[in-house]
Amino acid sequence: MSYPKSTSIVVENVSKEFTLRYQRTFKQVSVAKMRGEATKSTFKALDDVSFTVEQGESIGLMGLNGSGKSTLLTLINGVMRPDEGRVLTRGRIAGLIATGAGFHPQLTGRENIYLNAAVCGMTEKETDAKFDEIVEFASIGKHLDSQVGNYSSGMYARLGFAVAVNVDCDIFLADEALAVGDKPFKRKCLDKMQEIRDSGRTIFYVSHAAGSVRKMCDRVLVLENGRLGFDGPVDEGIRYVKYDSDEDGFDENADDEELGADI
Amino acid sequence: MTETGESTAAGTEPAAGSGGGRRRGGRGNKVPLGPEGTAGAGREAAYEVDAPLAPPSPAPGIFEVFRHRYLLKLLVRREIQSRYSGSALGLLWSYINPLSQFAIYYVVFGLLMGRDSVENYAVHVFCGLIVVHFFIETFNAGTRSIVKNKSLVRKMAVPREMFPVSSMLVSLYHVGPQVVILVVVCGIYGWTPDPLVPVAVLLALAIIMCLATALAIVFSAANVFFRDFSSVVSILTNLVRFSVPMIYPFRLVADKLGDTIAHYYLLNPIADAVLLVQRAFWVGTTSDPAATARTELPSDLWTYGVAMLLVSVVCLVLAQVIFRKLENKIPERLT
Repeated sequence: MSYPKSTSIVVENVSKEFTLRYQRTFKQVSVAKMRGEATKSTFKALDDVSFTVEQGESIGLMGLNGSGKSTLLTLINGVMRPDEGRVLTRGRIAGLIATGAGFHPQLTGRENIYLNAAVCGMTEKETDAKFDEIVEFASIGKHLDSQVGNYSSGMYARLGFAVAVNVDCDIFLADEALAVGDKPFKRKCLDKMQEIRDSGRTIFYVSHAAGSVRKMCDRVLVLENGRLGFDGPVDEGIRYVKYDSDEDGFDENADDEELGADI
Repeated sequence: MTETGESTAAGTEPAAGSGGGRRRGGRGNKVPLGPEGTAGAGREAAYEVDAPLAPPSPAPGIFEVFRHRYLLKLLVRREIQSRYSGSALGLLWSYINPLSQFAIYYVVFGLLMGRDSVENYAVHVFCGLIVVHFFIETFNAGTRSIVKNKSLVRKMAVPREMFPVSSMLVSLYHVGPQVVILVVVCGIYGWTPDPLVPVAVLLALAIIMCLATALAIVFSAANVFFRDFSSVVSILTNLVRFSVPMIYPFRLVADKLGDTIAHYYLLNPIADAVLLVQRAFWVGTTSDPAATARTELPSDLWTYGVAMLLVSVVCLVLAQVIFRKLENKIPERLT
C-alpha cells in the first residue's frame, strides 16, 4: 500500500507480544518444569493496531496504565520492532521519552549535550548551531562545565529536556513529558511544545492529563488492552476514556492549574 | 521568571487555542487522510518532509554502525574519558595492567623456569601480550557493553552493534602506545626492521579486530539474556593466554606435539596474530633474523595469516546473523 507525501506515521496491523518469564535460573526453571508449572507466558501488549498520521497533526495517545501506550511509542521510536504488521515513519524522530538517556554522570553538561544530541541523530554542526539555545533553555548557568553526576535531579531533567526539544525533528514523541521540573520550567516546556506543534511537526503526546491533551492535540487515540479503542476528535476521546467525568474533574483542574494555563 | 513565563504563555495561548479549534472542527472521525490536511492549514502545506517513509528502527548490520560515525566517535571518547575518571593515575592503568602481566611472565617463565632457549624472551612475551590484551579487553568489555548501556538501548533507536564495536575501538586506542613501548624496547635490543613490518602488524590487528568484534557482538546479546555469559567469557579469556605462542615459543608446539597438531594450533587466528607481531618485531631483534624466522616461525605464516583474516571476517558475518535473531528481544529483556 502506498501513502501520499504528507503521511508522517503509518501503523499497519501492528502486534507486539511480550514473554513473561517467571523463573530465571536453571534450577528454578527445571524445578518448575518437573512440577509441570508454566515457566513462561505471553501477552499481547499491542493487538492489531492500525492508523495513519498526517504531517503536522498532533495526536494525544490516551489509555489506562498498561494499555500499551509506551509500547506503541517505542515501536514508533524504532527501539522495538513489531512482531506483526509494520511501522513506517517519515523523517527524524525525537522526543521526550529519552530525556537524559545516555547522559554520563562523569562527563560535563557540555559534553553530555553533544553526546545526547548525537544519540538523537544530530550532527556536530547541527549541535553547534543549537548549542546556545539548548543551554539557554536548560538554564543551568555555571553548572554547564561541571559533571552531570553532581547535578540536582531537576537540573538533570532540564538538560535532557532542553536537548530533546531542540533537536531538529519531524516527529516529536512525548511521554508524560511534563512530569519534570518546577512550575516555571513546566510552563516553558508547554510553550516549547506548542511552538513545536505550530511549526508543523507531527506530535505524538502520551498523557493522562485531559487538560493538556485538550490544549495540545487535535486528535486522540485511545488504547484499551492493546487494541485501538477510539480514534477521533479530542473531546469525544477524552469522554471516551472517561477522564472527563466528575470524579476525575478535580484532577484535570489540578493539572491545568499546574501547567499555569490561565484561560 | 514567573513574569516572563506568564507573558509568553499568554502570548501563545490564544493563537494555539484557535488553531486547535479550527483543526479539531475539520477533522472527521477515523478519516486521517482527509483533504483538510492540505487545504485547512497553511502551515502544514509549508512543512514538507523530504524523506521516505521507512521503518524507524535502524537497519541491521555493522555498516549501519559506520554510518553513525559521529555518534560512534562520541561513544568511544566517552568510554575512554570515563573509564579512568576519578582515578589518580588515569590512563596509566591501561599500561600498568599489561606491564604487570608482562613482569609475571618474564620472572616466572623467563627467569625462574629458564627459558633461555628463546632469544630476547622479554620481547617475545611482549609481542604476544599486546595481541592477547587487545583481544581480551575487546571481548570482556564488548560482552558487557549492551547491558552497561541499557538506558540508551532501551530508549533510543541506535544500532546496537554500536556498543560492542565501540568497545573494540576503545581497546584499539590503547594498543597504540603499547606498540610505541614495544618499538622502543626493540630499539634497545638492536632491532633491524624490514619492509614487511607494517604489513604483518596490520594483518594481525585486522584479524583480532574482526574476531574479537564478532565474539563481542554475539556475547553482548547473549549476556542480555543470561548474565552467566560474562563469567563464561572470563574463563575463555584465560584459555587465550595459553593457547598462543606467547610464554612459550611456537617451535615447542611443533617439536613436542607434531606437525599435525601444529597445523590445528595455527587454525587459531589469535595464535597467527601473535606470530605475525613476533615476525614484525621479535625476529628483527634476534642475532640472526633469517635463521630465527626459519626455525621459530611456521614456514607458511603469511598463508595462515590471510586465511585466518578471512575466517575472522566470516565469523563477523555469522555474528551479525546471530545478533539479528537475538536483537528484537533485547529491549524487553534488558531490565
